[in-house]
Amino acid sequence: MTLLRHTPLEIKDRKALSINPAKTCQPVGAMYAALGIHGCLPHSHGSQGCCAYHRSALTRHYKEPVSAATSSFTEGSSVFGGQANLLQAINNIFTVYEPDVIAVHTTCLSETIGDDVPQIADKARQDGKIPEGKFVVSASTPSYVGSHVTGFANMVMGTLKGFAEKTGKKNGKVNLIPGFVEPSDMEEIKRLAAAMGVKTILFPDTSGVLNGPLTGEYKMFPDGGTTVDELRSTGDSIGTLALGEWASADGAKYLDSTHKVPCKILDLPIGLKATDRFIDALRLISGRHVTDLITHERGQLVDMISDMHQYFYHKKVALVGDPDQVIALTEFLTSIDMCPVHIVTGTPGKKFEARIKEITKDSPFPVNIKSRGDMFLLHQWIKNDPVDLLIGNTYCKYIARDEDIPLIRHGFPIIDRVGHQYFPTVGYKGGLRLLEKILDALLTRIDRDASEDCFELAY
Amino acid sequence: MRKVAIYGKGGIGKSTTTQNTVAALAEMGRKVMIVGCDPKADSTRLLLHGLHQRTVLDTLREEGEDVELEDVLLGGFGGTLCTESGGPEPGVGCAGRGIITSINLLEQLGAYKEDKNLDYVFYDVLGDVVCGGFAMPIREGKAQEIYIVVSGEMMAMYAANNICKGIVKFAEAGGVRLGGLICNSRNVDNEREMIEELAKRLGTQMIHFVPRENMVQRAEINRKTVIDFDPKHPQADEYRTLAKKIDANDMFIVPKPMEIEELEKLLIDYGIAN
Repeated sequence: MTLLRHTPLEIKDRKALSINPAKTCQPVGAMYAALGIHGCLPHSHGSQGCCAYHRSALTRHYKEPVSAATSSFTEGSSVFGGQANLLQAINNIFTVYEPDVIAVHTTCLSETIGDDVPQIADKARQDGKIPEGKFVVSASTPSYVGSHVTGFANMVMGTLKGFAEKTGKKNGKVNLIPGFVEPSDMEEIKRLAAAMGVKTILFPDTSGVLNGPLTGEYKMFPDGGTTVDELRSTGDSIGTLALGEWASADGAKYLDSTHKVPCKILDLPIGLKATDRFIDALRLISGRHVTDLITHERGQLVDMISDMHQYFYHKKVALVGDPDQVIALTEFLTSIDMCPVHIVTGTPGKKFEARIKEITKDSPFPVNIKSRGDMFLLHQWIKNDPVDLLIGNTYCKYIARDEDIPLIRHGFPIIDRVGHQYFPTVGYKGGLRLLEKILDALLTRIDRDASEDCFELAY
Repeated sequence: MRKVAIYGKGGIGKSTTTQNTVAALAEMGRKVMIVGCDPKADSTRLLLHGLHQRTVLDTLREEGEDVELEDVLLGGFGGTLCTESGGPEPGVGCAGRGIITSINLLEQLGAYKEDKNLDYVFYDVLGDVVCGGFAMPIREGKAQEIYIVVSGEMMAMYAANNICKGIVKFAEAGGVRLGGLICNSRNVDNEREMIEELAKRLGTQMIHFVPRENMVQRAEINRKTVIDFDPKHPQADEYRTLAKKIDANDMFIVPKPMEIEELEKLLIDYGIAN
């Protein structure tokens, strides 16, 4: 029995109904970004259920404990406003848990009743509830606007607003905003920049926070994360590279317009071309040469692409995920002659469809593209025009099972497999890993389906 | 038990008119409860001879869920029962949600139960129906009849027409009906005729014309209704008449709100142009 057997072949235009959405709440992204600050306790300004859900969404994906506080709204707080709760929370948190930073994000409820978090934070400061050397930053994150990607972008922006200073003396560093990517990806981005000898401030940086080791000792605030000093210094950097327009552009533009730190907005460095552009941008902004190590890694990726090209050629792919990820993946797949034919994101943004159209304009097949789409639509497209491979988060496993298509898990959330925390998909190495996964999926399928006389030993 | 909601533009005199009318009904021997649905909590001041100190929401905030009816329901002039929703200070929180919470809580606590033997419940609602919360008193199962306080001033009539639009929406779903317009006179030219015509166009009646009288303010400054402060004054009789008319009213309709152009024409024909 198929699980999604009620998904009909006929596609009807839907306006008010979303089925199996390809996105989640703003605060999930805001909480994730906040965890990329060293010594930070995210705080959810709303009812307890929101906080519990957002924490568990992150924990299920990263397999790590995620601490976050909540304003615990009651009926009374929804009527009188959440100021009293937040003031008390700030006081309690700094007294009991002693973080360096509290990053407050709003919820649908506190947003709708109009709570003004910056004003409340300011009152907390005036009332002496924020100890010397400790900080409260905030972002407005109603879930009825945008998606988890929007929440991530808003918290990146809120944090930079709260910290960035311009002393007038340049620090010689490059700000890197890595986008809504895995801790392993953030680590890889840092490694590539370091390999070129570029000094960077990476924010947010969840490496070492959400992919830490098991040591036998629990640390509420793990060793990773961007430090307060680094965050303050972002206003003195020589430039900012924002990776992924949806997740990172707002923060980079803020530093540009407010502190005159010039910014460049790039795609996520997934695949050959996008990584090339990232490395080139690093080279230009820092004046450093591309080192042999990087050239070597690049060559390895090119080698695998050419060795295995015949297995990629004209394979049809369905792709769903966050816009920054999907844009970069579409470009990568297209560049190795695979053919993304059904492409969906749940995050709104008109530019998405235009960008994908541009990337896939020479596709030999018709291409379906939808922002604000959902997995129901993706499934219908697949039923009408089957694909060889599906790439998306864990929720795609229902479609993969029903339609008997190999699935590569990529994006957020992945709650039934591991590895994403530790093995990056960005950079040339990440490209190699993606190809490895794609080939494994495609060749395993060939092996499974091959008749006895066509069963190959070597590929 | 009749459940009555009073609406009208902010500052039109809803609370004053309601309390004076309720005082008159009480004088007639009716058992009346008044529920103030305004965050300022001043809908029962004249009946209680001072501001209600413990609003439903204040009590909820202080006591949590363990609110007792006696905590929030006070006895006022002529055996009336007075309660105030209360709500947040201006500029914070959500006053609309406050009214929803408060009315639900009063129901849970059994404020409207049979054994209270109430003849009337009056909801005195703040200004315009700006959001869902302020429409709570006219949702299904709550107030069945509405009176709109209005004057001959343009904005008051605009507001009355707008409120009628809200009533239509709820009348379609539930049983709420418009019982009439109460004209609280501002001494505008042709006021009585104009409001009578407005009522006619809306498909209702002007149930009473309350003349402007300084005695109302004098009584108010003494924290009393006119009926309480100076029962022999002619203005007290005006409120008695209004109370009798409401008590005997049998005209309950779904209003037909006017288009803005039609409303403006009415104003020109009766007011500004003359």
